[in-house]
Amino acid sequence: MPTLEQTTQEVLNLATTHFKLSPGALSPEDDFFKKLGIDSLQTLELLSRIENHFGIELPDYEVQGVSDFKTLAERIQSRL
Amino acid sequence: MLDLAKYSSIGAALKDAMSRFADEVCLMEADREREKERLTYREFNSRALPLARAMQDAGFAGSDRASIIMTNQSKWLISAFAIFYAGGILVPLDYKLTPVEQWQLLQHSGARILVTEYPIWRQLSASPGRATAANIQAVLVTEAPPNADLAGAKRWEAQLQKEGRSNAAPAFVPRERKDIASIVYSSGTGGRPKGCAMTHENYLEQCVALTSLYPFWPGVRYLSILPTNHAIDFMVGFFGPFTCGACVVHLRTLRPEFVRDAFTRYKITYVSLVPLVLKNLQKGLEARFAELPRGKRKFFNFLVSVNKALTKSQPRLWLSRRLLKQVHAGFGGELRAIIVGGAFTEPQTLQFFYDLGIPVANGYGLTEAGTAITVNDLKPFRADTVGKPLPGMEVKIVDPSEDGVGEVYVRSKTVMSGYLNEPELTAEAIVDGWLRTGDLGKFDAQGHLHLSGRKKNMIVTEEGKNIYPEDIEAAFESLPVKEFCVFAANFIWPRRSMVGEQLIIVIRLENGQAFSEQLKQDIIQRNNRLLNYKRIHSIVFHDEDFPRTASLKIKRNELAERLAKLDRDRVILPL
Repeated sequence: MPTLEQTTQEVLNLATTHFKLSPGALSPEDDFFKKLGIDSLQTLELLSRIENHFGIELPDYEVQGVSDFKTLAERIQSRL
Repeated sequence: MLDLAKYSSIGAALKDAMSRFADEVCLMEADREREKERLTYREFNSRALPLARAMQDAGFAGSDRASIIMTNQSKWLISAFAIFYAGGILVPLDYKLTPVEQWQLLQHSGARILVTEYPIWRQLSASPGRATAANIQAVLVTEAPPNADLAGAKRWEAQLQKEGRSNAAPAFVPRERKDIASIVYSSGTGGRPKGCAMTHENYLEQCVALTSLYPFWPGVRYLSILPTNHAIDFMVGFFGPFTCGACVVHLRTLRPEFVRDAFTRYKITYVSLVPLVLKNLQKGLEARFAELPRGKRKFFNFLVSVNKALTKSQPRLWLSRRLLKQVHAGFGGELRAIIVGGAFTEPQTLQFFYDLGIPVANGYGLTEAGTAITVNDLKPFRADTVGKPLPGMEVKIVDPSEDGVGEVYVRSKTVMSGYLNEPELTAEAIVDGWLRTGDLGKFDAQGHLHLSGRKKNMIVTEEGKNIYPEDIEAAFESLPVKEFCVFAANFIWPRRSMVGEQLIIVIRLENGQAFSEQLKQDIIQRNNRLLNYKRIHSIVFHDEDFPRTASLKIKRNELAERLAKLDRDRVILPL
């Protein structure tokens, strides 16, 4: 099983690819709403990509109120 | 449809709907591609009544209050019917609020029972806010895992079993039309929560008015996406369809791909969306149309223009469905209208869908007025207005300026009885029977209402969230400056616009204090702790002390008048 650090890095990589950013543009503490200027709907699209990548299901209630990559990675880690 | 004129309460109408439409399907629930539940009215009733009995056994009496904090799902509606059956007052709360905010409102509402879902309860029970709501005597939690720590709550599902509850049928507790049916929070988790006390009459009258334009009948399927605590979904995703024998479809996840799939899987008839989602849907469709090969795209555009010409005076669904078959098939082929609400929708988005043969029921309303005040009647479709007043609504424009724009006032049987425990706020909002909406608008020659801004200090986001500046200020408490105040920018500098509304923080620095990087970061960090749609966008520095009352409260209106004299574009500094 990957470590939390590895999961966090994978999430950052996925977001970087999904939103077509340059590598290293995102860090774990970043608030994705603010940093990416995205709305709740665009976040949902990213979540679907993350689910496919990790092969898990993240119910909506698990990600309710989450706005930074680090917390998101923790929620993913708990389901791996 | 039931003849609602004959009923005096929501509970009585729903009770009759259960027997009248017993064998019709009233609920479908899906989690992603898995269908979890399909209930007839008879089955729905057989779950709600034991719950009502269990509540009564626990001492829940007529006119007691019970709150629901749940995502959209079958147990929300089952619980609500049980509460109404027992004569109770429903307090529907937003599941997206923070636990502290939810406890504040639970305390304010005086609810005795809370019905919630396990993931929500996990957060609520761990929140320090719990101590503030001693009025909550029982908590019923749905879908808790077998060995879960319930933190003093009881399992919702266990209430439906016979063990531990009396065998007697629950007593149906009748209510009068003027009695309070629910307390709906239109805003305010800060100092002064605004709980709209809605009567049974408010709902009964609104239901008659709305279904006269957008009817339901057995076989109609409504996709419930807007939170059911919201006035719109409560009406068109529960009370409206249930009094007509129609069916409500719930999804346990709102990821766009599963929502899209639900349209075709369940052959959806109506759906309600907030403008943000509608706009997103438009973007997705436009991108797909743009990908068509040139020849096909040309032909498609030709079909759209034919549809546009043939539906100019009124929608012709059968024709549009034939002309633009693939578009309609993508929506399941049965979609009659998209209901949009919660915030202002841009005309070009409305027109885009109408040109495809999908009418958008665009309107204007506020919780205080009971869901909708005006709705587009599609005779003909108008994208540039919010429609005409619904039957039974009196709407007038007060103190119009030269161009006819003034404050919108409403009088109707659907207007709330007042704000809970707030006689002063109620007296400010309802004057001689007229509800002052705080919105600015005018009527055109055809009787359509055009909105053009706000008189009140608030913003509405594209996601349909009402944000009051006072509620944001707590996040900036003890900010190391002399004083500060949060405003809606358009309240200070009125703009004839209902889109792109923003919050600003007005700061008065200490004498000799400079705006340091440290202070800026402090503001940014506090701002980031707010939910994204509640965040402030800009700072305005003010170099005079704020006007204050004898009790040292900021005189917001006076401060706003002072700021209004300044040049908006020059003084606003983006954060």
